[in-house]
Amino acid sequence: MELDPIFLSRLQFAFVVSFHAIFPVFTIGLASFIAVLEGIYLKTQNPVWMKLSQFWTKVFAVVFGMGVVSGIVMAFQFGTNWSNFSYISANFLGPILSYEVVTAFFLEAAFLGVLLFGRGKVPPGIYWMSAVLVAVGTFISSFWILSANSWMHTPAGVEFRGELLYVTSWLEAIFNASLPYRFAHMGLASFLTGGFVVAGVSAWYLLRGREVEANRKALSMTLWLLLILTPLQAYVGDLHGLNTLEHQPAKVAAMEGNWETRGNVPLLLFAWPDQENQTNHLEVGIPNLASIILKHSPDGVVPGLDMVPREEQPPVWVVFWSFRVMVGLGLLMIAVAVTGLVLRLRGKLWSTPWYFRVLQVMSITPFIAVLAGWFTTEIGRGPWLIYGIMTFAEGVTPSLQGWMALTTLIGYIIVYALVFSGGLYYLMRILRDGMEYQPAHDEHSTQTTTLRAKRPFSAADVPFEEGAR
Amino acid sequence: MEPVFDLVPIWAGIIGFGIIMYVLMDGFDLGQGILFPFAPSEEARDVMMNSVAPVWDGNETWLVLGGAGLLAAFPLVYSVFLPALYLGVFLMLAGLIFRGVAFEFRFKAKTSRYLWNWSFAGGSMLATFAQGAVVGAYIQGFETENFRYVGGAFDWLTPFSILTGFGMLAGYALLGSTWLILKSEGYIQQWAYKITPYLLAAVVLVFGIISIWTPMISDLVRARWFDQISLIWLLPVGAFLSVVVLLRAVMKRQDGMPFVATMALFVFTYLGLAVSKLPYIVPPNYTLWDAASAHSSQLFLLIGLLFVIPFVLMYTAWTYWVFRGKVKAGVGYH
Ligand code: HDD
Ligand code: HEM
Ligand code: HEM
Repeated sequence: MELDPIFLSRLQFAFVVSFHAIFPVFTIGLASFIAVLEGIYLKTQNPVWMKLSQFWTKVFAVVFGMGVVSGIVMAFQFGTNWSNFSYISANFLGPILSYEVVTAFFLEAAFLGVLLFGRGKVPPGIYWMSAVLVAVGTFISSFWILSANSWMHTPAGVEFRGELLYVTSWLEAIFNASLPYRFAHMGLASFLTGGFVVAGVSAWYLLRGREVEANRKALSMTLWLLLILTPLQAYVGDLHGLNTLEHQPAKVAAMEGNWETRGNVPLLLFAWPDQENQTNHLEVGIPNLASIILKHSPDGVVPGLDMVPREEQPPVWVVFWSFRVMVGLGLLMIAVAVTGLVLRLRGKLWSTPWYFRVLQVMSITPFIAVLAGWFTTEIGRGPWLIYGIMTFAEGVTPSLQGWMALTTLIGYIIVYALVFSGGLYYLMRILRDGMEYQPAHDEHSTQTTTLRAKRPFSAADVPFEEGAR
Repeated sequence: MEPVFDLVPIWAGIIGFGIIMYVLMDGFDLGQGILFPFAPSEEARDVMMNSVAPVWDGNETWLVLGGAGLLAAFPLVYSVFLPALYLGVFLMLAGLIFRGVAFEFRFKAKTSRYLWNWSFAGGSMLATFAQGAVVGAYIQGFETENFRYVGGAFDWLTPFSILTGFGMLAGYALLGSTWLILKSEGYIQQWAYKITPYLLAAVVLVFGIISIWTPMISDLVRARWFDQISLIWLLPVGAFLSVVVLLRAVMKRQDGMPFVATMALFVFTYLGLAVSKLPYIVPPNYTLWDAASAHSSQLFLLIGLLFVIPFVLMYTAWTYWVFRGKVKAGVGYH
């Protein structure tokens, strides 16, 4: 069998970036939650808020640590597997990606240390400010990386001089056409991730009657947040889709499973796309709805996959289904949030165990939705690496051979499996020990607190193994 | 638009500064990992790890900053070195991940502690060896055509780069042992004193071979050093003096001097390497200016970095200040 370095590099990139993305997407949301908790505590001085904030900061620290480790790998992926792409687009991408890393470090250097280790050592106002700045910092960091990614989808502000791309307008390049939608959608996704995880974990504690006061507060406030944000996400997602329709019609055609450019296009709920014969099997749909959503009229003409030559079509099957997974989960989230409101209005929110169990399960759905969303976006843009400018084949490292890419792909899978199952296992232990756990003080306690390392994981003090307390 | 001001030397300075900062700082903490299997006791391992626990991830900051900075300022370096060193880069990253995680979990683990010991030692050695091989590959140069790397997967792995890989292992171990002299006391410090001369001998041996070998494989290097005797000969003299000072300091059982002298030795060697090769940054074909990105790109990032680097330096200095002094056995950072 011929090992294709392009395909394997794509697989590798998809694997490492998917892995990386699930950590920041959670920390971005959680950082804001912690900042809010600290703000309320500063105002009310009720220790419950501090307890909550302390607990979630521990979780934050471990997840942030894993984000950093997996991010370091990302910084090298562009050079090892996509060196042509890096070389040609470096005038724009180099500074932008550097800004992402630099922001993260700046954050870490200046404020994260205070947030993780500074409680009681700095004035409360300053402590709260650090929490806010960490939250703002995670947003700035994701702004840069999303700008880079959006630019690859809707390139602007650059021109070729000879072989290389040169920036003609930094403003146009950074604030390219799809950035506002992507940034808003991703920001909301982060809040939803943070929100559903906090809700699910709080519900789990409540089912076991642990720290009832604190967990009720956390659950109640996240449910209000989710009630507002879930519909908003659907709305922003719709705008994002309309923007994509304008710039990458073939991707939208794949998302809709629409092979033919025509009017009165149905919204497909189920179908089995068949790329070979350029058609769908087993279609179930709502008549005219796709035309209405995309063109605001039942007979609106919607672009189909026949617009582009066959070899420029993305793999329809994956795009079609990952899009449905995301939207399906998004609708489910709205339903769950609204159910919470109904129960609350009836005064039954704290006495409905099945709802807590639902929330528990829901806590993993945002991660799935986020990855499904990225798969839609990224696979749907194929075969373009920079849309309309450079294909995957043109961007790949010329000296890369299939077996090399395969070796490192397997290597990364093994390393991540080992390392992150350790991390995940540890995270589970923190969650299980919960807010009640306070480390035993030993005779060196004063020394240990003053000498404590200023690095993320050491903010968590739960032992690694069972019963090793 | 014609650049008003050539930023290339400034960027070369920034990246050069970043690299030596990384080598010195991550060097001594990677060194703890290299010496780990040979430590006299488990308690000594605790002390070794504690001596670097608060600072190691700050030290690695410089590596990522360097990687991203290269893509922005000298993209050709990024897009030739990484493909050429493909498998080596993977090994280095895998090593860094394993040892990074070991830092976090070793103190929290009881029964699985030996696993994290291995993860720490193995990861450190792998990463160090890979970095040494990178230096060797740089000295040898890369097979390029039209600004692309066109060599094979194992071109970087030659007897020469294996030698530099081992040289780096010895060098980082030396940084590690002299750091330990500074940070420990009692029998652990005595052990560090004892091994330092051997490590130094290994370093001097490898550096010596490299100094004889490089002029033989590279005309450029030979011309630099032997065509006319110039001020650059002060660098090897400086390196030699550092060795003498280091030996004396160890003999007199001084605390801080051995580490300072080792750092000096590294700086002199590094500068020696730089003057042998510059302005060729992707030898043998491309100079700093060939490799540089557009003026406006360099400027755009420079503005941000000028703002951030002082903060990172201040924070680094502050951390080292907070954690100054000896590490006592039995007191952990948990
Ligand atoms: C919690 C996560 C989450 C949820 C509930 C949703 N999405 Fe989403 N979606 C994402 C998380 C996400 C994402 C991971 O953030 C993506 C991938 C890339 C991006 O910009 O956002 C995305 C991409 C994405 C795209 C592709 C944009 C492109 O082509 O570049 C569209 C059209 C939508 N979304 C539309 C929706 C709609 C109509 C939703 C209605 C319920 C929805 N999303 C819910
Ligand atoms: C964060 C979540 C992300 C996920 C889950 C993700 C997923 C993917 C997937 C599945 C592909 C393969 C596409 C295909 O097979 O056609 C891909 C491609 C790519 N993505 Fe993303 N992506 C993410 C974010 C980003 C970001 C932020 C960037 C850039 C800054 C980026 C840059 C690329 C590049 C360069 C490729 C081309 C190489 C390849 O096809 O693998 N991605 N991504
Ligand atoms: C191809 C894509 C990406 C690359 C090259 C990349 C690179 C990095 C690097 C090197 C770090 C570590 C910085 C440190 O040590 O502190 C990091 C962390 C981070 N990244 Fe990414 N990243 C990518 C995708 C993303 C995406 C899609 C997001 C979010 C939308 C994101 C947001 C963050 C954030 C917020 C951090 C801080 C650490 C954390 O919260 O876990 N990155 N990234």
